[in-house]
Amino acid sequence: MTDSIEYRGVHKISGPLIFVEGITGVGFNELAEIRGDDGETRRGRVLEISSGVAAVEVFEGTTGLSTTSTSVKFLGRPLTIPLSTEMLGRVFNGLGEPADGGPVPFTEDYRDVNGLPMNPYSRDYPTQFIQTGVSAIDGMDTLVRGQKLPIFSGSGLPHNLLATQIARQATIRGEKEGFAVVFAAMGIKHDEAAFFKRSFEESGALKNSAIFLNLADDPAVERLVTPRSALTLAEYLAFEQDMHVLVVITDMTNYAEALREISAAREEVPSRKGYPGYMYSDFASIYERAGRIKGRKGSITQMPVLTMPNDDITHPIPDLTGYITEGQIVVDRDLHRRGIYPPVNILPSLSRLMKDGIGKGKTREDHGQVTSQLYSAYSKAQELRSLSAIIGEEGMTDKDRDYLKFGEAYEQRFLRQKFDENRTLETTLDLAWQMLSVLPESELSRISDKYVKAYYKRS
Amino acid sequence: MAIQGKIDKISGPVVQAEGVSGLEMHELTMVGDAELIGEVVRIEGTSATIQVYEETGGLKPGEKVVGSGMPLSVELGPGLLQSIYDGIQRPLDVIKNLTGDFIARGVKTPALSRTAKWHFVPTAKVGDSVIGGAVLGTVQETPLFQHRILVPPNVSGTIAEIAEEGDYVIEQVICRLRGKEKGVTELKLYHRWPVREPRPYIERLEPSDPLITGQRIIDTFFPVAKGGAVAIPGGFGTGKTITSHQLAAWSDAEIIVYIGCGERGNEMTEVLLTFPEWKDPKSGRPLMERTVLIANTSNMPVSAREASIYTGVTIAEYFRDMGYNVAIMADSTSRWAEALRELSGRLEEMPAEEGYPSYLSSRLGEFYERAGRVKALNEQLGSVTLIGAVSPPGGDFSEPVTVHTKRFVRTFWALDSALASMRHYPAINWLTSYSEYTDYVENWWNALTNGLWRQSTIKAMDVLKREDDLKEVIRLVGSESLPENEKLVMEVARMLREGFLQQNAYDPIDTYSSPEKQFKLLTAILSFYENSTKAVSKGVPVSRIMALPSLADIFKLRMSVPGDKIDLIDKTINKINSDLSSLEGKS
Ligand SMILES: Nc1ncnc2c1ncn2[C@@H]1O[C@H](COP(=O)(O)OP(=O)(O)OP(=O)(O)O)[C@@H](O)[C@H]1O
Ligand SMILES: [Mg+2]
Repeated sequence: MTDSIEYRGVHKISGPLIFVEGITGVGFNELAEIRGDDGETRRGRVLEISSGVAAVEVFEGTTGLSTTSTSVKFLGRPLTIPLSTEMLGRVFNGLGEPADGGPVPFTEDYRDVNGLPMNPYSRDYPTQFIQTGVSAIDGMDTLVRGQKLPIFSGSGLPHNLLATQIARQATIRGEKEGFAVVFAAMGIKHDEAAFFKRSFEESGALKNSAIFLNLADDPAVERLVTPRSALTLAEYLAFEQDMHVLVVITDMTNYAEALREISAAREEVPSRKGYPGYMYSDFASIYERAGRIKGRKGSITQMPVLTMPNDDITHPIPDLTGYITEGQIVVDRDLHRRGIYPPVNILPSLSRLMKDGIGKGKTREDHGQVTSQLYSAYSKAQELRSLSAIIGEEGMTDKDRDYLKFGEAYEQRFLRQKFDENRTLETTLDLAWQMLSVLPESELSRISDKYVKAYYKRS
Repeated sequence: MAIQGKIDKISGPVVQAEGVSGLEMHELTMVGDAELIGEVVRIEGTSATIQVYEETGGLKPGEKVVGSGMPLSVELGPGLLQSIYDGIQRPLDVIKNLTGDFIARGVKTPALSRTAKWHFVPTAKVGDSVIGGAVLGTVQETPLFQHRILVPPNVSGTIAEIAEEGDYVIEQVICRLRGKEKGVTELKLYHRWPVREPRPYIERLEPSDPLITGQRIIDTFFPVAKGGAVAIPGGFGTGKTITSHQLAAWSDAEIIVYIGCGERGNEMTEVLLTFPEWKDPKSGRPLMERTVLIANTSNMPVSAREASIYTGVTIAEYFRDMGYNVAIMADSTSRWAEALRELSGRLEEMPAEEGYPSYLSSRLGEFYERAGRVKALNEQLGSVTLIGAVSPPGGDFSEPVTVHTKRFVRTFWALDSALASMRHYPAINWLTSYSEYTDYVENWWNALTNGLWRQSTIKAMDVLKREDDLKEVIRLVGSESLPENEKLVMEVARMLREGFLQQNAYDPIDTYSSPEKQFKLLTAILSFYENSTKAVSKGVPVSRIMALPSLADIFKLRMSVPGDKIDLIDKTINKINSDLSSLEGKS
């Protein structure tokens, strides 16, 4: 242990970084305490050490610090947060300190917020269906326990509403216990935070939830720690306390902005759009903390939310996320404009782990084929929609017109549902069959005859 | 004597050490009190820059750095198969036993078990004069695989002693060689080889046989030859990993090396769970018995990601040198390139395009050059087929990694986001993909198909190209106004897409298509095309042809006809053809 020497004065301040000279015995990634003129203690982390100079990123930001009157103490350990089951029902800041006026919870354990990589050999494959009560998800892009499935959205779209609905409704069928929810919010606005708190309270979900809040006017650097604090608690609850944990992280776009800011302050060579080249690995160090472990009861399911700048799915933030997560739920502006909630566009959406979570004994025997048929029919309907805009419906065959009708019914009756409407899987699949019955039977090429016989009723 | 110095600077995975003159480039080093594993990547005067393969948190300036005297190497011998290694060949199952479900740092464990016993059968005898690469004997490593124990490439001499048949652990000496100058060399069941150095061979040979993958669009339209190099580029969710898994599962290679390079943990788990259950189509043995896995998932240290592909390809070359055909999948080479970029940034090198170092292209070239069909040192023929996934940012193929990769591979399976979102899998775009191996493998295929293969694939591709042109027309005027023969082209193209090109990896029958089944399916569709063209020319409307109930079957053949009953395909097509002629009769 370093017996904490206090270094007075810093060499340089640049953005959120301070540079301390003449240090000895300081470790890479170590936690530092920084005291400025105001006497307040801030915290930071060692990013680089070079010939006796340490670069420290200050979580609370460097506003108000000066080179002469700042003193720095290195604590000889990485950033840890205290953990306990009593954290459920409480609200914290990004560093895990109470932010609801309540006392510091009784601490059962301390952990490094960065965690350790899960050994791939220890993982257990996710296969259990989570019913979210949302048809677009349960029917089309099923979520399974231990999956990381993000919501790709755009500014002004109802992603937070959808995330909240999922957090409130998510259950495993046949189990009484729902999920413990760990909620990490980075850079969100006060009214959004108020909305989350209120809807968690109203639904009674708060007692099973821990909320980590970093608001838009909180320091940007703290955003980098917020999801890690939340996930450290989630790992504790899942793998030490046998709980099933749903982690909602919003908004990863704000997180990425903070990452870019630090990178720029360090004068690193940027890759696309000024984001650092290591953003992929950095994202992965968050997203990969989802999963199940052989021989342990609990699990971590992650639902990160991000807003795509300019609704551009190829922007580095959604792009790198999509390369790491196990699918994505895409929220669509056009559907939203047409008043459809939840405005999930299933065509670019995908759940990669769906195949192992559905079917006989898990959801229903016909589920996979129904999904596949709905996908193909909806994509055909969309294609015909744009064609009919050019050549008019008159130029179309009867079959084409059936598809147009299907598309309409699908959006208005299957997709559309209320914020507090919690559909069972059977309701979702039965609705799906009603939609498919708008089409002639001969069009159901992806469904085997026995299911067609059992469920199809031409309307 | 081991060279020892001190840490001076730490920046992420890169550490600078002072007072270490004498360390060699690429030397394996122990860094810090925790003895983290690192490799020397730059030397300047008395200081060396070391890339550390583990998390560097907590390392302090002043801690020691110790050289090992040898380059970063892999252990090659019995026990490789069915293993799952990290990027520097540490067995993840052993690590789990040592440190639990989360990977801790500073774990030291050999790659090959020191206690497992192998049944060695000598094939060489005392007095034989042997050179590097010669086979000393065999070990039946798994029921699927006979391991040949090789003299290391740089060793030769006369056998003075060789162990008799029996069970040995790998550290036991099984052979003593008397060299010309050097005296006696002791050989064990394994040897080491530096990962960054390609293993030597006598000569490179032209490719000749296809690597049969059981994937129709690949084998039939864009084949890869044994010893070839392929890129699979595609945006997220387009099917790189599933395609790689399919190739690992069904390719007719004797050995598979699968590298999960900076990708998902769950994907490695999936392989670990499914491969022991899936059976090799020929022998019926679990696929795991011919497989080596290397996993550096995206949350594992980034420098080990850079090393992982070299670890993998060196293991592949070792099996090649025994005279086997090896196929290696690297998913994804983009993550490797990004690791290279990150490390280069830490080394404060001048960046070239998009922050990548200027040597990106040459490194890619060196890597893909390690693919090939060769005459090994022992005169056996072996091959390494290299299949690299590429993950272009935004799915844009004009980015540096895709562009440079294209220069070194001869087959390009372009995955297409539009196809993927229509759930057309595998989402390999048939208009933008290519293979330069078609000429090489033509003889093989023609022998199987009475010389008909090439012309059939050309005919089918022609239909698909015409569909693409006609789509433009339809976009303007709708499909109703097309002439009948063009309507037919559209229908046949759909048949090719849905009944042939699409292949569901999760369907127990469709997942693997033998070359015979592939050709029969293709012939069936082409024969329908030919006969229906005749019918149309005699005035039968396409709508009536397509209304034939028997036609629905042609779309389902790929899933309904098991590999051992492919004659059923003939039956279906005969029925369709006779229905067609009765239509002609009526019109
Ligand atoms: N041949 C196939 N058969 C059935 N489904 C497939 C096939 N190929 C791809 N898919 C579907 O596409 C999804 C995505 O495929 P995959 O994981 O291979 O994408 P990827 O290109 O590796 O993406 P990433 O770059 O994000 O890793 C799969 O989860 C599966 O649902
Ligand atoms: Mg992949």
